[in-house]
Amino acid sequence: MPQNLIKNAVGRLVPTEVNGVPAIPFQGVGKYHPTGRKYGAPIPTCADYPADGDKRRPDLRAALIAAGLRDGMTISTHHHFRNGDLVANQIFDIAAELGVKDLVWFPSASFPCHAPIIKHLENGVVHHIEGSMNGPLGKFASEGKMRGLGVLRSHGGRYQAVQDGEVKIDIAVIAAPTADFFGNANGLTGPSACGLLGFALTDSQYAAKVIVATDNLVPFPCTPWQIQGNNVDFVVEMAQVGVPEKIVSGTTRITKSPDRLYIAELTAKFCDAAGLIRDGFSFQAGAGGTSLAIGNYFGRIMREKGIKAAFARGGSNQYLVEMLEEGLVGHILDGQTFDLDGVRSMRENPAHVNTSPFTSYNYHGKGNFASMLDIAILGATEVDVHFNGNVVTHSDGYLLHGIGGWQNALFGKTVILPIPLFRDRIPVIRDEVTTLVGPGELIDVIVTERGIAINPRRPDLIAATKNSGLPLKSIHELKAEAERICGVPQKPAPADDIIAVIKWVDGTVIDAVRRVKSE
Amino acid sequence: MNKTGIAGNIGDGVRSDCRVTFQPATGGGIRVDVRSRVQALYGAAIESLAREVPAFFSIAHCHLTIEDAGALDFVIAARIEAALKQVTKTDRQFLPDMLPQNQYHTEKDRFRRSRLYLPGNSPKLMLNAGIHQPDGIILDLEDSVAPPKKDEARLLVRNALRQVDFYGAERMVRINQLPRGLDDLAFVIPHNVNLILIPKVESAEQVRQVDEKIAEIAEHHRLEHPVWLMPIIESALGVVNACPIAAAGPNVVALAIGLEDYTADIGAARTSAGRESFFARSQLVNAARAAGVQPIDSVFSDVSDMDALRRVVGESKMLGFDGMGCIHPRQIAPIHQAFAPTPAEIEKARKIVQAFDEATAKGLGVVSLGSKMIDPPVVKRALRVMALAEKSGQID
Repeated sequence: MPQNLIKNAVGRLVPTEVNGVPAIPFQGVGKYHPTGRKYGAPIPTCADYPADGDKRRPDLRAALIAAGLRDGMTISTHHHFRNGDLVANQIFDIAAELGVKDLVWFPSASFPCHAPIIKHLENGVVHHIEGSMNGPLGKFASEGKMRGLGVLRSHGGRYQAVQDGEVKIDIAVIAAPTADFFGNANGLTGPSACGLLGFALTDSQYAAKVIVATDNLVPFPCTPWQIQGNNVDFVVEMAQVGVPEKIVSGTTRITKSPDRLYIAELTAKFCDAAGLIRDGFSFQAGAGGTSLAIGNYFGRIMREKGIKAAFARGGSNQYLVEMLEEGLVGHILDGQTFDLDGVRSMRENPAHVNTSPFTSYNYHGKGNFASMLDIAILGATEVDVHFNGNVVTHSDGYLLHGIGGWQNALFGKTVILPIPLFRDRIPVIRDEVTTLVGPGELIDVIVTERGIAINPRRPDLIAATKNSGLPLKSIHELKAEAERICGVPQKPAPADDIIAVIKWVDGTVIDAVRRVKSE
Repeated sequence: MNKTGIAGNIGDGVRSDCRVTFQPATGGGIRVDVRSRVQALYGAAIESLAREVPAFFSIAHCHLTIEDAGALDFVIAARIEAALKQVTKTDRQFLPDMLPQNQYHTEKDRFRRSRLYLPGNSPKLMLNAGIHQPDGIILDLEDSVAPPKKDEARLLVRNALRQVDFYGAERMVRINQLPRGLDDLAFVIPHNVNLILIPKVESAEQVRQVDEKIAEIAEHHRLEHPVWLMPIIESALGVVNACPIAAAGPNVVALAIGLEDYTADIGAARTSAGRESFFARSQLVNAARAAGVQPIDSVFSDVSDMDALRRVVGESKMLGFDGMGCIHPRQIAPIHQAFAPTPAEIEKARKIVQAFDEATAKGLGVVSLGSKMIDPPVVKRALRVMALAEKSGQID
């Protein structure tokens, strides 16, 4: 398809129209100011809903038919069940049986378990995906096999897009670990317990029709109602909505890799030397093995100093919960739970609070939590010499990961990327990132096993750590070291055509992903 | 001459390595097939290297297949050379550049608290070994390399010595048991190895054989720096001969013990309490000290049990050892911590050194502290404690 391209504020060529909708090119951090009013779902009336509150339908198929499933609709799902989701695939199997075509799937994230959607992309049931495309789906899209453009958004950007009316959800299917017949639902109990349902909040608020599907129907009232039944049209009881051991795998453990542990320790030492670990500070560390190790080192430093953190942002897990219970952390503000300890703590501990992309990340709100964080620890597939970051594509051009909360967390006061200098010969620091997902002005520190580079935009951090004895280097020195070891990589030549766009947190287009030429 | 040469490793979990298949041909030039995980970024570089190596060996026609999981050039080159040499007889060697920062030498009495074993045929573990700052790294050609892989490991270790930056660690190689080990030396001595570990030593004669062979190679290559020796004693007979072994020559700098084989040899099981090896360890410390070389303890093989490791190192230090082997980078820090002097030891050493300095300043031949006379070995020991405290980051 011919595409009109324009160079945006970070010098990337991006399309001015995405799937038939005009798109605004990225204008710079904080530069774009939206106008108009928020989107609103159609006004319902109680007259159309059963007075006894019982909104049950016999099965998912009946509920989808009742919701008016037809060609071209946008169908949303959430990813709290991670790689154990059993619901999304069924929706499109049912659509295929009903002969429905050209749907847009709008998940809050996809996982390898969603590979069966590929056949629905091929047979015309699904037109395209607006959401992260991990693994097999990303490979499919990267090779130019998807009809429409992929649209990748951060968790906060997804909320913003729905709130602002960029994406109009026709039917939201919210898989719920526990629900009542009225549609009140939560993630705290049941065989598929996942802690919370924050990613589905916007779907419940703005979708034209909302279906709650559960394998643990409880008598009214299901409390707490993380999803309010007053937003729900239909309730469906299913045999199983998720595979418990894949939802909260419990396998997220502190890394045993000595190289990653070294990077984690170096990161914690840097934070300490820079004076960032002080009484009442706050941090966010993800669920990866390195991030968990960093949290652990933070804990050690806090114990030594006799101080505590005001709050930590989850993904929560056993380690963060232990820190909360030990009193090292005042609150966990949690977007998703990664293990059963996280679920239990959220259920039992009032200081373990569930959050949503609205509270944590929505850029078109009256503030959010992300910018209040003292330390945000994030990953990246690539960083360039201007500190721009990439989390979605690999250096060979394949789109293999979603953005998650990464762009949103970049607004933390100090953003640190602990990453290895190279992975299987592939240098992580490049002249230019393959895909620019986060602008360098928001990325402060790169910690590798062979040295730490501080963004020159942070003279305060440079001054604070100057005499720390830490291995401080320029980003150019790190890049040169990687290339000495690995060799200078050749530049992959992607095709001209675009297969996906990357939205910034404000809905503007920050970059486009190009098709990978097949071998 | 229609044999096929195969070298290297590929498969699930294998990273930073490749498998090369070399087939000689009578026509068609050098044909290269590359299947690489990093094709998009290094496909062209790999292919060009794959043409360069056979051409270097004057091979005009062959078929090379490279299945690659992110191997660096020095690994790919070693694998191609190994596969090719299984089929073709040649004395030439395809040497990657020697990094300028790899040309350092080490002092005889430098600290050897930790030495990290790196299996000689596993490139992945070599690349980041230096960042963990062990006092030494050992590229191992002996027990960690399977018999059919011995030849290719020599080439990989040789290339690693030239191309991998170990960031200041003492560069050691453990050769095979003699006599094979003598043939290993030609592959490592010309490439700035700092120290050779000789396994399963039972007599001083074996140490001298190695020393003479090294001298021969060094003369041929006009190398002037010394190559230190660390004999490893792993048998009852070795323990009995520990004194002559430790004193076998001026290049011997340390004497190590290998307890797995030793306990088997004396017919005992190795326990974590270690009473079965108490005699051997004490004998080894005594022999090493008598010869003025460093006594070095065995490895502790349970990587996951850090508490047990700390206990074992504490005991090592108590028995008089100066260092210990590591089989995992995580063991380095606990070992360094355990061998670091205690505050009381530092304080005592400081006083002795101070008394010595004062006596020297006054031109006194006798050093005394309070009412006690201090002998030269005590002063020497105190100076060593102060140096170790500095190395361990306890004093500036």
